[in-house]
Amino acid sequence: MSASAIDLQQRAPNFWQSTNGKKIVMAVTGFILFLFLIGHLLGNLLVYAGPERFNSYAEFLHFDGTLLWIARSILIIAVVLHIIATVQLAVRNKKARPVGYSRKKAINSSYASRTMYWSGPIVLAFVIFHLLEFTAGTIHPGTVFIPGDVYHNVVTGFQVWWVSAWYIIALILLGFHLRHGLWSMFQSFGVPHSLPRERANKRWALVVAVILIAGYISIPISVLTGLLK
Amino acid sequence: MKLKLKIWRQRNSSDKGKFASYAVENVNPEMSMLECLDVLNETLIERGEEPVAFEHDCREGICGSCGFMINGVAHGPERATTVCQLTMRHFKDGQELVLEPWRARAFPPLKDLVVDRRSFDRIIEAGGYVSVSTGNAPDGNTIPIGKDTADHAMDAAACIGCGACVAACPNASSALFTGAKISHLGLLPQGQIEQDQRALNMVAQMNIEGFGNCTNIGECTGACPKEIPLEVIATMNRDYRRASSKSHKNHVRSVRPMTEWSNGSKLDIDPHATS
Ligand code: HEM
Ligand code: FES
Repeated sequence: MSASAIDLQQRAPNFWQSTNGKKIVMAVTGFILFLFLIGHLLGNLLVYAGPERFNSYAEFLHFDGTLLWIARSILIIAVVLHIIATVQLAVRNKKARPVGYSRKKAINSSYASRTMYWSGPIVLAFVIFHLLEFTAGTIHPGTVFIPGDVYHNVVTGFQVWWVSAWYIIALILLGFHLRHGLWSMFQSFGVPHSLPRERANKRWALVVAVILIAGYISIPISVLTGLLK
Repeated sequence: MKLKLKIWRQRNSSDKGKFASYAVENVNPEMSMLECLDVLNETLIERGEEPVAFEHDCREGICGSCGFMINGVAHGPERATTVCQLTMRHFKDGQELVLEPWRARAFPPLKDLVVDRRSFDRIIEAGGYVSVSTGNAPDGNTIPIGKDTADHAMDAAACIGCGACVAACPNASSALFTGAKISHLGLLPQGQIEQDQRALNMVAQMNIEGFGNCTNIGECTGACPKEIPLEVIATMNRDYRRASSKSHKNHVRSVRPMTEWSNGSKLDIDPHATS
């Protein structure tokens, strides 16, 4: 039988080799990405303040090339570590149950928590599309991409209905990811809590996820409804 | 009442196994699930067939021997109940019950509903010892322990090691079990002396055994007959993180499987091994 302990590594795993260590890394990198999401939303909401303020905010982000790349590197490293851990853990989870159940019922878990391995990769596809559309400008359906005129790029970009639809769907999935991830990271990092605290954490995760995603989604919706033009 | 039992039959660990259906008449609603299997086995023996193998010992929900999936739920539909305590009145007359063993790489199948759960024993063994002063018994309550702490430790200590957490987890992770074992000693002053080493060793052993990883979804605590809270997983991760960040003299010790009769390997077995 292959399903035995013998073909597994017999030496004690180190921090990164252990599932617990990888989850701690996922929690920390997930938290860094969460902080980025807050900052990014606050900046994006300036789109409602008109083209001038929005464009000058975008310009401000580029005030120093070195600092910009330091910030970008932190985010890229966080994303890469988050994904490497995801993939390695997914492979391990697959192996952990070689013969599946004929029937299996979920009795105590949220939909969001059971679909992390779907919401995550879709968010990744979204992030890549998003960077190509608004940062690099290589994909920009609708009109021409004008470097520096961020307001123009955003508004004309979202006027294409399927771009907006794809953003809204992907962002809702990001919301699902956060609805579980934002409380799960406390578990993984190791912050013990009583049962009432656990329930409160889950509620907070939901509230924060809804607020964040509502903020992000409001932008394509405002463009589609003509509020922003 | 009548029931239709669809039970996983597997002769031994190398057999592929398949489901077989049995009609059981005269089920008393006050019977436990295991007693219902006893009744079925009587008739199987009379017919000259192999009875269904299942594990059991205390039949009062405290030993952790029993357990299998009923219709896709570990220990069946009643919360906080082992199959030995699950009475048949919770099912409807004429209902079909699908009985399946725990399925996990770290729990190799042995026969029918019985799996080899010694990976749990090895996790406990890896945890090592607790320093207690021998000699005269100390006076009761010489070490004051807050009620809150005592409650938390007691909650964790309620784990009977049945394996339902692993069975219910989509990743076949044993985080709840290992967390319970690490917490119930580490929360109390008597167990804190070896806490770092214990967390490192037990986590290492859990990882060696081929369990999946914890995604904190909570199926384990929902299936747990003792309702061990998810908090123990956070406690395990905290203790592991803290211990990992310190330098420690002792090597992380892991326990090798002593015998391999459950998976038929030719691993060299030490004939003088005592445990
Ligand atoms: C803005 C981007 C993202 C944020 C803010 C984020 C945040 C988080 C957080 C906080 C967690 C919980 C970590 C834990 O339980 O310890 C998590 C888990 C997870 N993330 Fe992400 N994530 C992001 C992007 C991604 C991407 C791109 C992928 C996939 C390629 C992904 C895949 C996963 C998976 C599969 C889990 C569950 C892992 C597990 O519980 O074992 N995430 N994420
Ligand atoms: S037989 Fe002891 S817990 Fe069920």
